[in-house]
Amino acid sequence: MRTRRRSRAVASLLAWAASLAIAFPLLWALLTSFKTELEAVSFPPRILSFDWTLANYRGILAGGDYLHSLINSVLIAGGSSTLVIAVAVPAAWSMAFAPTRRTRGILMWMLSTKMLPPVGVFIPVFLFYRDWGLLDSRAGLVVLLAAANLPIAVWMLFSNFRDVPGEILEAARMDGASLWQELVSVLAPLALPGIASTFFLVFTLAWNESFWSLNLVTTEATPLTAFIAAFSSPQGLFWARLSAASILSIVPVLLIGWLCQRQLVRGLTFGAVK
Amino acid sequence: MSGIVLEGVTKRFGDHLATDAIDLVIPDGAFTVFVGPSGCGKTTLLRLIAGLEDIDSGRLLIDGVDAAQTSPAARGLAMVFQSYALYPHMTVRANLGFALKVARRQRAEIAARTERVAQMLNLTQVLDRRPAALSGGQRQRVAIGRALVREPKAFLFDEPLSNLDAELRAQMRVEIRRLQQQLGITAIYVTHDQAEAMTMADRIVVFRDGRVEQAGSPGEIYRNPASRFVAGFIGSPRMNFLGGAAAAAHSAATIGVRPEHLAIDPAGTITATIRAVEYLGSDSFVHLQAQSGEALIARGAPEHDLRPDEIVKLRIAPAAIHRFDANDRAMPALTAACDTLQEIV
Repeated sequence: MRTRRRSRAVASLLAWAASLAIAFPLLWALLTSFKTELEAVSFPPRILSFDWTLANYRGILAGGDYLHSLINSVLIAGGSSTLVIAVAVPAAWSMAFAPTRRTRGILMWMLSTKMLPPVGVFIPVFLFYRDWGLLDSRAGLVVLLAAANLPIAVWMLFSNFRDVPGEILEAARMDGASLWQELVSVLAPLALPGIASTFFLVFTLAWNESFWSLNLVTTEATPLTAFIAAFSSPQGLFWARLSAASILSIVPVLLIGWLCQRQLVRGLTFGAVK
Repeated sequence: MSGIVLEGVTKRFGDHLATDAIDLVIPDGAFTVFVGPSGCGKTTLLRLIAGLEDIDSGRLLIDGVDAAQTSPAARGLAMVFQSYALYPHMTVRANLGFALKVARRQRAEIAARTERVAQMLNLTQVLDRRPAALSGGQRQRVAIGRALVREPKAFLFDEPLSNLDAELRAQMRVEIRRLQQQLGITAIYVTHDQAEAMTMADRIVVFRDGRVEQAGSPGEIYRNPASRFVAGFIGSPRMNFLGGAAAAAHSAATIGVRPEHLAIDPAGTITATIRAVEYLGSDSFVHLQAQSGEALIARGAPEHDLRPDEIVKLRIAPAAIHRFDANDRAMPALTAACDTLQEIV
C-alpha cells in the first residue's frame, strides 16, 4: 500500500516535471512579453519582480501588420483545412467502406509523402508558383498546405470511419440515400468528433507552418509565422516584442482548442474506448 | 410473374465461391427462410438480392424485371440488419421517416406514415427517443418499422433476432410472423438456427457451401430430407445416423432415425449403453452409445427409470428409417420388405 502511494507520488512528480518542461518556453515567452526590451535581456533574469508593461502589445497592435497577418493566417489555415476535409472525407470513405486490394498500399504511399523533406521539392514548387503567379498569394499557400496535410487527414479519418459500423451506411443505402446523403446525413454526424479533431489538427499544422510561408510569401500574403520571423531584423533581436507577437499568434489556436476540447478528446480516443 | 427469381446467381470473393450458380424461386407473399451453417452463402445471397453486393453472373428478377443492375433502394426491398443498424444520431421518428425524407415525400405524409407504423409496432411512446435509450426489443421493432414505412415489395431479414435473449427472441418470432401474415408481404429471412427456420417458415431453403441443398416446406424437409446433411441439420436433437451392418441391412451406406423414432424396448434389435439421461418434464432425451460405436439420442416419455451405464435394446420404427447412399444423398424408402430385414439386424 505504502509503496503504491510512493510510486504514485513519483509518477505525478515526473508528470509535473514533464509538463513544466514542455510549458516552460511558453511561460517564459509570456513573461518576457510583459518586460521592456532591456529587462528581457538582463542577466540574471527577473522572474516576476520587473516593471510589467503592455507596451509591446500596444506597439504590435498599433502597427496594423499584426491584424493583416492574423487575417492571412486565419484565411490560409482555415481555407487549407476546409479544402483538406472536403477532399479527405470522400477519400477516407472510399478506403474505409469500399476497400480494394490496393487500399493499404495507397495509404502507405500517401503517408510516405510525409517523409519527404519540403526543401526537396522547393525548387520545382517555387518555379511552378513563379510561372503561375502564385508567389505571395494566399491561394497558393492554401493549395500547397492542403496538399501537404492531406495524407495525415486521410489517415486519421480512415481510422475514424472504420469505427462506424458499415451496416448503418448500408441501411441508408437501402433507404434510398444517395452517396451524398449517405455521407452528409449519416456518416458525417456519426464521425463528427473524428472530423472535428482532424480539422483542428490540420488547422494547427497549417497555422504553425513556416517553411513555405517564409519562402513563397513576401508581403501581401504573410501569415503570422512570417510576421514573427520578421522580428529578427538586421537592427537586432527585439525579444520582448517577439514574445508578445508569439503570444498573440498562439492565442487564437489556443482558444479554438479550448472551445472544442470535449470533441477533441472524444475524437482522439474514439477507437480506444467506444 | 411476381416474386423474386434467381437464375444461376454466382458470387465470388477472391478465390472463394460464395454462391455457386443458385437457381431459386421466392414465392410471392410467402415467408421464406434461408438456413444453413455459417459461411454457407445464405447471407451473401440475401445481400445480392438486396443489392448490397454485385452479382458476378446470373440473373435476378424482381416482379419479372431484371434487377441485377438496379440500385438497392430502387429494387423496392427493405432490409432488417442483424445489428439493427439504426441511425444513432436520429430519434426513432427520424429513423422511421428517413427513407421517406430521402425520397422527398411531403412532410404531412411522412408524419402520417411514421405514426401509423409506430402504432402498429407499439412505438408511439418512444418516438422522440434516440436508439441508445431503447431496450433491445424496441430497437428491433424500430428496425422493422423502418423497413415497414417504405411499404416494400419484400422484407429481407438478416439474422435479426440473434442479439436478443431467448424469451424476447421467441416473442419477436411470433410478432414478425404475425406482421408478415397480416401485411401479406414477401419475406426472406436468414438464420443459422434451424428451430427458428422450422417455426417461422412457409418455405425453407437449406444452404451448404454456396449451393441450395434442399428447398421445401418445413414438413417436407423434416420428413423427407434430400441428403444426410439436411437430415442432420434440421431437427433437434439431431437425427441419429448408423452405418455398418445396421445400414447394410437396409441396403444403404448410412441410415438415419429421428430421436422420436428410436424407442427403448427389450424386443429391439440394437444394443446400446446409456450415457446420460436428460429429463425435460414432458419428455426425456436419452443419450446412448451403440455397440457399433455411434452416439445416439432417443426421445421418449419420461417415465422410464433409466440409469447411466445400463445396457438396453433399441427398436426403430421401420417406416421412420431414412436411407442414404455413399454420397450422402437420400434413397427412396424401402417397402414392407424392410420389416423382414429389420429382424436380421
